[in-house]
Amino acid sequence: MALDNESQNQKRNFKVVGTRVQRPDGIDKVTGKARFGADMSAPGMLVGRVLRSPHAHAQIKSIDTSEAEALAGVRAVVTRADFAVIEDDEFTADTLDNCMAGEKALYDGHAVAAVAASSTAIAKKALKLIKVDYEVLPNVTDVDAAMALDAPVLHEGRANETVPAGMSSNVVARHEFGHGDIEAGLAQADRVLERTYRTAATHQGYIEPHACLATMGPDGQADLWCCTQGHYFVRDLCAAILGMKQGQLRVTASEIGGGFGGKTTVFLEPVALALSKKSGRPVKMVMSRSEVLRASGPTASSSIDVRIGMTKDGKITAGFAELRYQGGAYPGSPVEFGAMSAFAPYDLEHVKTVGWDVVSNRPRQAAYRAPGAPMAAYAVESAVDELAKGFGLDPLEVRLKNAAREGTKASYGPTFPAIGLEATLQAAKDHPHWAAPLGENQGRGVACGFWFNFGGNTCVSMSITPDGTVTVSEGNPDIGGSRASMSMMAAEELGISYDRVRTIIADTGSLGMNDVTDGSRVTFAVGLATIKAARAAKAEMCKRAAQVWGIDEDAVIWEDGAAKPAGPNAGEFPPMSLAEIAAIASNTGGPISGHHEVNAEGAGVSFATHMVDTETDPETGAVKILRYTVFQDAGKAVHPDYVEGQFQGGAVQGIGWALNEEYVYGDDGVLQNPIFLDYRVPVASDLPMIDTVILEIPNPGHPYGVRGVGETSIVPPLAAVANAVSESAGVRMTELPMSPPKVLAAMKSK
Amino acid sequence: MVQVKIWGSLAAATDDQTTVEIKAETLRELLDGLGKKYPAIQPQLDRGVSVAIDGWIYNDSWFTPIKPDSEVVLLARLKGG
Amino acid sequence: MSKVHVSTTINGDPVEYLCEADETLLDVLRDRIGLTGSKEGCGTGDCGACSVTVGGRLVCSCLMLGAEAEGQEVETIEGMADGENLHPLQQKFIDHAALQCGICTPGLLVAAKSLLENNPDPTEEEARYWLAGNLCRCTGYDKIIRAVMDAAQEMRGAS
Repeated sequence: MALDNESQNQKRNFKVVGTRVQRPDGIDKVTGKARFGADMSAPGMLVGRVLRSPHAHAQIKSIDTSEAEALAGVRAVVTRADFAVIEDDEFTADTLDNCMAGEKALYDGHAVAAVAASSTAIAKKALKLIKVDYEVLPNVTDVDAAMALDAPVLHEGRANETVPAGMSSNVVARHEFGHGDIEAGLAQADRVLERTYRTAATHQGYIEPHACLATMGPDGQADLWCCTQGHYFVRDLCAAILGMKQGQLRVTASEIGGGFGGKTTVFLEPVALALSKKSGRPVKMVMSRSEVLRASGPTASSSIDVRIGMTKDGKITAGFAELRYQGGAYPGSPVEFGAMSAFAPYDLEHVKTVGWDVVSNRPRQAAYRAPGAPMAAYAVESAVDELAKGFGLDPLEVRLKNAAREGTKASYGPTFPAIGLEATLQAAKDHPHWAAPLGENQGRGVACGFWFNFGGNTCVSMSITPDGTVTVSEGNPDIGGSRASMSMMAAEELGISYDRVRTIIADTGSLGMNDVTDGSRVTFAVGLATIKAARAAKAEMCKRAAQVWGIDEDAVIWEDGAAKPAGPNAGEFPPMSLAEIAAIASNTGGPISGHHEVNAEGAGVSFATHMVDTETDPETGAVKILRYTVFQDAGKAVHPDYVEGQFQGGAVQGIGWALNEEYVYGDDGVLQNPIFLDYRVPVASDLPMIDTVILEIPNPGHPYGVRGVGETSIVPPLAAVANAVSESAGVRMTELPMSPPKVLAAMKSK
Repeated sequence: MVQVKIWGSLAAATDDQTTVEIKAETLRELLDGLGKKYPAIQPQLDRGVSVAIDGWIYNDSWFTPIKPDSEVVLLARLKGG
Repeated sequence: MSKVHVSTTINGDPVEYLCEADETLLDVLRDRIGLTGSKEGCGTGDCGACSVTVGGRLVCSCLMLGAEAEGQEVETIEGMADGENLHPLQQKFIDHAALQCGICTPGLLVAAKSLLENNPDPTEEEARYWLAGNLCRCTGYDKIIRAVMDAAQEMRGAS
């Protein structure tokens, strides 16, 4: 499809869009009735459990499952030997290897076998009876250590053609972006700042552990219920791993208890299907929290060198960053997005970024909200802040002076169309927060962030019931209220009230393929398809009315929820409402529905500016968040409550990343903090209210001007908090998380 | 002919040029033309790319028209969370 | 190992079950009674998604044995609404969009109800500390705290 450029006829006077209606799944979720991944059961169901490697890196010499198989109540045991060899598709082969280890266990928690048994107690007992003979190998979990020539090697031959010869085999890809001449640009600066920044790996931290229920019959037909951000992708991946045809596997998405990118792949699902096939029984699998932390995808840890030149009046003359991300045991860290987005908020003549994708003995990274961007923004925004403050300049003014705007050649290549960065900066500058006084040991930080957003494959089917209500079927799991937004856009377009529309998430058998709920795509792309489906239904209803009136269908228009003659020349007929047309559908040609299938392109990029006040305790190094304000462009906020919710949630995940969250490994490569007590995400008492300012700079690529908002909000907070803490602690912090011992040590060393 | 900007790490595949010329009127012709003219870039095309045309990002749609004066930038295939 | 016979009261209903001696109350509720509204987010008492009250006291049902419910009064999220009438907290959570994914919502509601029973007029700080044992990863807590404070005010006005 060509870009749906509707800027000339974008709808502006909204009746439903922009209001704060109640979500359709609200009552189920406040009464405990909503069914999440682990809430489903089936007759004759078995319990599936996974045996995991206690070693970070080990050759699997043999696995003896005979005693486990002989245990009463055990119905199936699977190891890698139960899966076919996958050739010619590295991504699928890696995904299988991550779900069930092959020749080597590559990280602490890597699955090596699984059982299905009649009870949890028997399944646990069976795991203890499986004998795995490991040859323990040296491990590496740090990104810089993994790049060293003498580092333990995970795989040979996985580097792609972009990696120069002579590097460690753990370096698997190199990405370079930019334009201009860095050295020439730096030469124009009054000061060149060079710093190295490090960020720890953090986990998406969804409260719902991965869970699924699989049923597979001897004829190869299978059903899968699971919590996922993309059940079509789960279908396609499982089919590829198990050698099934996609049409044989129907996947139904449960309610999803958070994902943030972490539920965009499979972990348990192919294993549950294999166990079900072997046992002939439904198999339910649910991860424990420690399994989630040890074996599902956190994001990458990073080590980033930055060189930025600035004149004394605040002009950035050149920016360079070299980014090293370890993405766990397989290629695919999001370093290219870090390298592409690092300098995106700035209009730079000379800019260059180099990204290195590195493997290490950690769980395979999964996408985490604007994957790769927060760490890069942390490094660049920290350096810009330090330079600005070093010259005694206002950090917001410096950002405004250098801000990317329409016509700016972006650091990653293209020229920006209309974007909202300046608007967020201006709103920040004009906000009372910026002028509010600070006390002792307090500091204020600001930072900008960018994310691409995208569209993708999307299907919506809309059926008009005989009594004139509307059901919207879509294929993207609702992770934060999107069913409400779809119902709102359908109601808006049809000219009916919100309470006459209900949106459901269809299973994979009911609609064409839908891309995963990611890339901040749902409100944009599914919304676009919903509007187009409604337009198709309206066209059909106009046709039916024209038929009843005996006039040409081109002479009928749709207005305020009813078909009307286009003008006096078309004839004198009273409007025929949606309900009236629906009631006679059987007499005018049959049931009425509208549908739209599209690969949506034209998602607008998104920018945000965050502002935060912190107080640092000089005795303990503990940091308190005093005040926080998010300024972000939403294009058009369909449901402002849930737009604010995305802003607030992303900001707080970023605060956790900045202050407390980290994967802690010992020399043995074993994760030392795989429970929520030690992997400390922000709690209610850590935080103030998170204020939000929604800006609406319409996206010309969407009929209502909508832009995705879900991811950008996690990009600025790492740097915003670091800039505030650096001020409140009186020392520049260059490593995340800024946990109390680190802050205290930095304060003592100044 | 369309001017296509290639990102830095792919320049090794295009004789060190970061801008190349391809005869193309659609996205499909562009991607086919790139692979034919510069076979060394094919592995990246197989891994996946996105293409920014006049500032808007496209992933797959073969028949997206490209004008001779369009700004065309090859990008790593975008993924999200 | 033989199972333990337990007689208890759940949401006002007399209930009997057999459970393993080492089985948690959460597993009993979810797997034996079919009350899946209480969620397991961690199994270690750190996330609060499994919050219930036992004898009026707020507990993590993942940290209590099913056998310990003998003779007790257990209240779960499924008992919070009165027929088709939502509890004010439930309504305020919907009104304030205090949930995104909703997995933490049952535990937060049970904990918030317990807060308001113990302290009908909490300050924002008191509410934040009482609910600090209930993790929410989606919302940043802002709208949750607003919903709780609003419900508290409404309930004070009604009593």
